[in-house]
Amino acid sequence: MMNADSSPRRPYSTYHEWYASQDRNRLIAKSKEAENIFRKTGITFAVYGHADSSEKLIPFDLIPRIISGREWRKLAQGIEQRVLALNAFLDDIYHKQEIIRAGRIPRELIEKNDAFLPQMIGFRPPGGVYTHIVGTDIVRTGEDQFYVLEDNARTPSGVSYMLENRETMMQMFPELFHQNRVRPVENYPYLLRQSLSSLAPPGCTGKPRVAVLTPGIYNSAFYEHAFLADMMGVELVEGSDLRVIDGKVKMRTTRGYEAIDVLYRRVDDDFLDPLTFRPDSALGIPGIMDVYRAGNITIANAPGTGISDDKAIYSYMPEIVEFYTGRKPLLENVPTWRCSEQPSLKYVLEHLDELVVKEVHGSGGYGMLVGPTATKRERAAFAEKLKERPGNYIAQPTLSLSTVPILVNKGIAPRHVDLRPYVLVSDKVQIIPGGLTRVALKEGSLVVNSSQGGGTKDTWVLED
Amino acid sequence: MLGRTANGLYWMFRYIERAENGARLIDAGLRMSLTRSEATEDDWEGVLQSAGVRELYDQVHDQLTSSDAIDFLLRDHANPSSVMSCIEAGRHNARMVRTALTRETWEATNECWIDMKAMLARKVRPAEMPEVIDAIKRRAGLIRGAFHGTMLRNEIFNFSRIGTFIERADNTARILDVKYYVLLPAVSAVGSSMDNVQWESILRSVSAHRAYGWVYDAELRPANIADFLISNGRMPRSLAYCYEKIVSNLGYLAREYGEKHAAHETAEQTLESLRSRSIDDIMDQGLHEYLEEFISHNNRLGQEITDGYRFYH
Repeated sequence: MMNADSSPRRPYSTYHEWYASQDRNRLIAKSKEAENIFRKTGITFAVYGHADSSEKLIPFDLIPRIISGREWRKLAQGIEQRVLALNAFLDDIYHKQEIIRAGRIPRELIEKNDAFLPQMIGFRPPGGVYTHIVGTDIVRTGEDQFYVLEDNARTPSGVSYMLENRETMMQMFPELFHQNRVRPVENYPYLLRQSLSSLAPPGCTGKPRVAVLTPGIYNSAFYEHAFLADMMGVELVEGSDLRVIDGKVKMRTTRGYEAIDVLYRRVDDDFLDPLTFRPDSALGIPGIMDVYRAGNITIANAPGTGISDDKAIYSYMPEIVEFYTGRKPLLENVPTWRCSEQPSLKYVLEHLDELVVKEVHGSGGYGMLVGPTATKRERAAFAEKLKERPGNYIAQPTLSLSTVPILVNKGIAPRHVDLRPYVLVSDKVQIIPGGLTRVALKEGSLVVNSSQGGGTKDTWVLED
Repeated sequence: MLGRTANGLYWMFRYIERAENGARLIDAGLRMSLTRSEATEDDWEGVLQSAGVRELYDQVHDQLTSSDAIDFLLRDHANPSSVMSCIEAGRHNARMVRTALTRETWEATNECWIDMKAMLARKVRPAEMPEVIDAIKRRAGLIRGAFHGTMLRNEIFNFSRIGTFIERADNTARILDVKYYVLLPAVSAVGSSMDNVQWESILRSVSAHRAYGWVYDAELRPANIADFLISNGRMPRSLAYCYEKIVSNLGYLAREYGEKHAAHETAEQTLESLRSRSIDDIMDQGLHEYLEEFISHNNRLGQEITDGYRFYH
């Protein structure tokens, strides 16, 4: 929020003035009020592996994270470039594989990767769109300096928090929205529905029927699935509601079976079709891949998109962006050591205390080592794992992430954050001005994942 | 709408109805044990039977005590029909069909669960019982209020209402069936204080002791009590009232969908018989047999609705 000379940074100046006039106890009371709103509404998520904690709240911090219009424009251009490159990359590796032939990416890195689906080879999804919804994880290290941490091109979650956080802020502090010109995010569900409908399959003749596919009530993001279906005004379906009949995917309604044209699935590739992928999956729909390939349903995001946001591919993103857009990437990648390569492994082992080491296929902040904050013993144990399966890991330096203020009992204190803006791809790329700001609530911590004690904030993009 | 959603709504409202009725049964049981000086354990036997969990209780407990019986009815997870189990199941279904509910209805259901989970986390002391019973009824009332005040009158509404009334009809019939013998003219020593307590407890179990006074001039008479709970279309927990609501909600569905199922005929026939048979006729033919048959028809109707509207397949 502040410049080095302790004056407020420009986008924060109006907010800062307001904050200075507030009574701290009132803010702390408001903070409790917000928690009650979330609990009452049932905005919860599940943490796997915790006994008796099937529903948890993600802590909400009521100081908004504010981004100037100018910085946002720069960021948005970079994201658009990157998302277009991801789609071009997917289309290429499932067709001509020019990037491999050009020697820019090793063949085995693609073809031996679990996220690469041979079933997608030679198939082009409706509109040529693979990643309908993307949530690019970004960190800011200084003025106009952004790095992409992850591309999240499979089924990025958290957009319901973006919407509920804004809703809560507008309920609690309406005056702030008079004083600041904050760009709206509320029309996301409408844009999502529109975007999904515009990519109906060739076999759809009437008005496209959209549905959201959830693994069910026990999934950690069930709340979000229900929320999005509700806000879009479409059915929320489970695998058991669906069946392939006459070459179409149909859902069991109280009037009989009715066809679905576009399926926004929040189920992983592996579980989508037991006939094609995991035979033990009870979450999917037997035969849906045949319907898909016959052009009778759109699956969003397309199966096999995971190959583009795989952590092993990540380090090649600068080459990928340049290869398909013909220009240098506008957003930087975090420098990444691939531990599969011998010199890199040696470097990583020697500099464990400075690096963050991540599992290539991990997610949610599990199975990673944050070198600078880990104990000596933890680092030694991790080094063993690393030597055992080097190909399983990548390493990155810890960036000096920018901090934003959060409300604590004594007033405000700085904490590290990241940002996940949401991107919709159809015949155009739409980036919602805002996103999900995740904040590491523990002092000094760099891990923002909600499963590891992270919280969220409202994210404002100002008009200027 | 999805068959699974219709199923979820139907069960959500069945469970909430059952939770509320469970609280009423406990209330009636407590009241009885207050007005009697000895042998209160027998009264709880009747309450467990009305709730349909007498055998289950024996699987969990070696002997019948009022304290164990209350706990079993109120908060034991080993009892799927305990108030807490029902609130949990109701809320679970609500969460599953959240997209079909208004925010108000969902929040009332979720808050009911949050509150009752905290209130029933530990065994309830006798002194706290009135407060707890009150809280359950109030919470259920808030759900009902939010539902009536905010939901569209469409198929979602109809499936919810059908769930409520199938459950309510079942509960009222069970309460009568467990106590049918105290209503038989042959065995009851009319006017004895023992019978008065029993009769009143039947009425209390359905929160109808005050209303009865207005309709039947306050004098407790077995045939009037049976008439009130079986045939009186103005009594919101009577079998006749429940079936009027079931038939009208099924009727809306038939009109909207343009088709009828076996369930329509079953419900209409049951309503017709509730309207046409006099209470004397029912008592003459055998109240117990009548109620048994009613409960089994009511179950069959539930099954026909499940099949007709593709709840499961």
